[in-house]
Amino acid sequence: MATVSVRQAKKVFGSTKILHGVDVEIADGEFVVLVGPSGCGKSTLLRMIAGLENISGGEIAIGGRVVNNVPPKDRDIAMVFQNYALYPHMTVRENMAFSMKLAKAPASVMEEEVNRAAKILGLDALLDRYPRQLSGGQRQRVAMGRAIVRHPQVFLFDEPLSNLDAKLRVQMRSEIKELQQRLATTTIYVTHDQIEAMTMADQIVVMNGGRIEQAGAPLALYDRPANLFVAGFIGSPAMNLLPGRIADGGFRTDGGALLPLPPGTSGNAATYGIRPEHLMLADDGVEGTIVIVEPTGSETQVTLRIGETQIIGAFRERVQGRPGDPLRVMPDLSLVHLFGPDGNRLS
Amino acid sequence: MSATTAPAWTKTRQQPGALARLFDNKAFLIIVCLAPAVGLLMTFLTYPLGLGIWLAFTDTTIGRAGIWVGLENFEYLMGDPIFLNSVFYSVFYTAVATVGKFGLGLWLALLLNQHLPMKSLLRAIILLPWIVPTVLSAIAFWWIYDPQFSILSYLSMKMGLTEGPIDFINTAWPARWSLIFANIWRGIPFVAISLLAGLQTISPSLYEAALLDGATPWQRFRHITFPMLMPILAIVMTFSIIFTFTDFQLVYAITRGGPVNSTHLMATLAFQRGIPGGQLGEGAAIAVAMIPFLVFATLFSYFGLARRKWQQGESND
Repeated sequence: MATVSVRQAKKVFGSTKILHGVDVEIADGEFVVLVGPSGCGKSTLLRMIAGLENISGGEIAIGGRVVNNVPPKDRDIAMVFQNYALYPHMTVRENMAFSMKLAKAPASVMEEEVNRAAKILGLDALLDRYPRQLSGGQRQRVAMGRAIVRHPQVFLFDEPLSNLDAKLRVQMRSEIKELQQRLATTTIYVTHDQIEAMTMADQIVVMNGGRIEQAGAPLALYDRPANLFVAGFIGSPAMNLLPGRIADGGFRTDGGALLPLPPGTSGNAATYGIRPEHLMLADDGVEGTIVIVEPTGSETQVTLRIGETQIIGAFRERVQGRPGDPLRVMPDLSLVHLFGPDGNRLS
Repeated sequence: MSATTAPAWTKTRQQPGALARLFDNKAFLIIVCLAPAVGLLMTFLTYPLGLGIWLAFTDTTIGRAGIWVGLENFEYLMGDPIFLNSVFYSVFYTAVATVGKFGLGLWLALLLNQHLPMKSLLRAIILLPWIVPTVLSAIAFWWIYDPQFSILSYLSMKMGLTEGPIDFINTAWPARWSLIFANIWRGIPFVAISLLAGLQTISPSLYEAALLDGATPWQRFRHITFPMLMPILAIVMTFSIIFTFTDFQLVYAITRGGPVNSTHLMATLAFQRGIPGGQLGEGAAIAVAMIPFLVFATLFSYFGLARRKWQQGESND
C-alpha cells in the first residue's frame, strides 16, 4: 500500500501532446477513478504509472519513490487490462501463479497464494480450466486474481468492465469495490463511464484533452462542478446547460425562456445549469410544452420546450401528459449552477 | 389516385417443367456439382498415384509392359547400397535443413516483428529467395559452387583464407552440406513469413502483462511467444518437412545426385532409375518407399505439435 503522486506529468507522441502537465495526489488506500471521454489521456496516464509508456516530462512517485526510470516489474504494481490479457495457453492456476513462478517462489507459497486469491474471488472450482472455457465475468476475476496474488502496492485497472454486458458490469462494479475495500490497496481505475466513476471512487479525476478538469469526491463534483465540462459530464441524465444572460429579473436564455434565479444573484452569468432531477412540478412554475415523456418506472423523464429552449426534467411523480400539453416546472433555486463566459463556475 | 378499384387478381400456380424438376432433385444436384472436382482429382491425382503404386509391383521398363512381380522390386532395393544411401541422405537432408530453416526463420521472424524502419521493404526482400523459381536459384548456386568459377572460392583466395579453390560439390560430404545450405537458403522465407504472421496474432497486451509479471525478454519468449506460436509452427513444419523430403529440383540441378550417387535423394534416385534408366518399376518402387516417411512425418507433427488443449472449444475436460 502506498501513495501515488503525479507531478506535472507530460506525454508527447512525436509532435502530438497527449498530456499537458497533470498533477494527481493519491492517498494510501484510496480508490481513484480517472474518467473522461476517449482520447483524453486517461489510459496513457495509467500506462505511464504502470511503466508501459515512458514519461516525457514531470515525475511519478509511488510510495514516495520516483519511478520515472524504474522498470514496470520493479514498481510493485499490478494491472488489469481491458481485454484481461490472460495467457490463453495456461490454466487459471498457471495464469495466477505466473508472476510467482518467474520470481521462483516455492511451490507451497504459490499454491497457498493461488488458493487464497481463488477463495476471495470464488474461482476455486475453475482453477484447472483454460481462459477459453470461462465466461467474461470469470475471466475478469482471473485477471484480478493475477493481480491479487502479487500483493502489489497499487492496483491499476484499465477499463476492466467495458467488455462485459450491462448486467454483469453492475455486478462486477460492486465486486471490485468490495474487493478494494477489503484489501485496502491503493487503486487507480480508468473508465469512460461516469456512473462507474461515481459509484466506485473515493476521488474522481475528470480529464479532458490531456488536462485535468476537476478532481474531488464524487458528490463534490456532482454538487459543485467547477466548469461546464464537468457539469455536463457528471450526472445522468446530463445537466441542462442553457446559454443566456441575466435580464428581466431572472435568467433569459438564448431561446427566450425566463428562468428564476436564486435571490441576491448578480453578475455576468452566461450559462444556467440545472440538473433534471432538481426540477420540480409546480403550479407557479415556468410554463413549457411537453415534447416527449419517457417513463423509466422509478421516475419519469420529460423533455420540455420553454420558448425555443429544450430542457429535460426527471420527476419522481408519474407525469401524465402528451406531446403538446403544457407543464409547469420550477427549478430548485438552491441547486442552480451558474457559469461565467469562460465556462468556469461562479460561486 | 383514381377511384376505380383494381380487378381481383389471383396467381395461378404453374407446374414446373421437367428440367426444373430435375434440378430440384437432390441426388442429381450432388452428382452434377461434385463431378468436375471428382473428375479432376481422379484424373490428375488418384490415377497417377495408383499407377505409380501399381508400377512399383511390376517389372515394367520403358517400351515393355511389365508383369506383376510382387515385392521383388523392394527386396532388390533393400540390398542396394545406392538406394540405402539415398534413404539416409533424404532423412539427413530433411532433418538438418528443417532445423536450419526453423532456427534461422524464427530468428528472422522475431527480428521483423520489431519496430524497424522500412519494415515492409525488408519483408519484401526476405521473400525474394522464395519467389525466384527453384531451378533458377539452383543454377545460381551451381555457379557459386562451381569448382573453377566459384565466387566464394575467388573471394576466399583473394582474402588469403584458402590457397586453392574450395571443394563444394566434388566430394561426398562437402556436396551434401552445400545442398543442405542451398535448401535452407531457399526455405527460410516461407518459414519466416509464416511465423511472422503467427507472431502478429499474439496480442501485445500479453507481453505487457508478462512485463508487469516480471518476465525477462527470454522468459517472454519462452512462456508467451513460443507456446502461442506452437500451432502455426506445427503446420508450417509439416509442410516444410514434406517439401524438403520430396525435394528434387535443387539436387538435380546442382549435382544430379553425384558425385558417385552420394547426394541422391529418394526423389532424384526414383527419377534417375525410372526415366533416364528406363526401369519404371524400380523407380516407382523408390517413390512408393517415400510414402511411409511422409505419413510418419505428417502424423508426428500433427499429433505431436498441433493439438493443444487450450485451443480447443468450450469443453471442460
